Amino acid sequence: MFHKLDGAKLPLGLRLICSAAIAALTAVLIAIVILSGPAAPGLQAEVAAQLARSGVDNPVTAVLLNFRSYDTLLEVAVLLVVAVATMPAPGRRLRPALAPTGDMVLIGLIDLVVPVVVVVGAYLLWVGAYAPGGAFQAGALLAGAGVLVSITGRFQFSFGALPARAILALGLLTFTVTAAAVALQTGVFFQYPTAAAGVLILFIEAAATISIAATLVLLYGSLVPPAREQESGP
Amino acid sequence: MDSGFLIDLVLAAGVLILAWLSLVATNLFKAIVLFISLGLLVTVVWVRLGAVDVAIAEAAIGAGLTGALLLAAWRRLWSQRRPVRDASGGDDSGGDNVS
Repeated sequence: MFHKLDGAKLPLGLRLICSAAIAALTAVLIAIVILSGPAAPGLQAEVAAQLARSGVDNPVTAVLLNFRSYDTLLEVAVLLVVAVATMPAPGRRLRPALAPTGDMVLIGLIDLVVPVVVVVGAYLLWVGAYAPGGAFQAGALLAGAGVLVSITGRFQFSFGALPARAILALGLLTFTVTAAAVALQTGVFFQYPTAAAGVLILFIEAAATISIAATLVLLYGSLVPPAREQESGP
Repeated sequence: MDSGFLIDLVLAAGVLILAWLSLVATNLFKAIVLFISLGLLVTVVWVRLGAVDVAIAEAAIGAGLTGALLLAAWRRLWSQRRPVRDASGGDDSGGDNVS
């Protein structure tokens, strides 16, 4: 599938022309950016003016989960599509992903680190309403804990099972259902009632965190070579 | 010249050098490690730019999980190739290209 490119170098003249063209294009783009003056102020003033109605104090979370929540919904949907694409076939027999390790240092470290990571992930999720943090960061941290657990080989995640699939879909499901439910009250899809906005955002983010973490662990698990095949080689 | 500007200058140069090194490395393992280092340096750049949200995401996803995914993919390539390589001595490097 991949071929060595060493033997097929471009002629020197062509390489010089290509690098000159790329350098010129880069210089022109940089010049345009510098000459076009200060960047437009953007929508910071509008976001700051409406922040009180968003239910959270962090402008980034307000934009992601309230003002532009449709974009975030689609991001969560993309993650679900990724999960479906890498998911193991239903009913496939579970094989040990890795031989269980006897490395006491690794096991001891993971016993210490994983609970801390889970607590920090929950903190990042909660603090997203006030300061930098949020569902994606918390989900990635939790996924890191999941990867750590799975490299010992003592535990493995079976994403062919029905509960695991429910967890993968939980984020998108909660997001869509909440968006539709608030539409019953306010009349507009994704228009949260101002009083309940903070709680609703935390609720959606919690569900999204779990799905994001599960999707990322699934991605890692789909890449790890099965231990049995490795040993059966000649 | 104040110290903030100097830090930015070193960061910018470091990002460019690491990006270049990870692209030209012929050893896959070396390229992956350089790429993870690049992610960590870019995290510092995001902090310097005041985008702490992006910095956290870059550290967790860009440097951490992408690194883990790349290493898992690298190990998978290596374990598939090993039976063939064992006869000719084999090496522990990630190797260059797979045909």
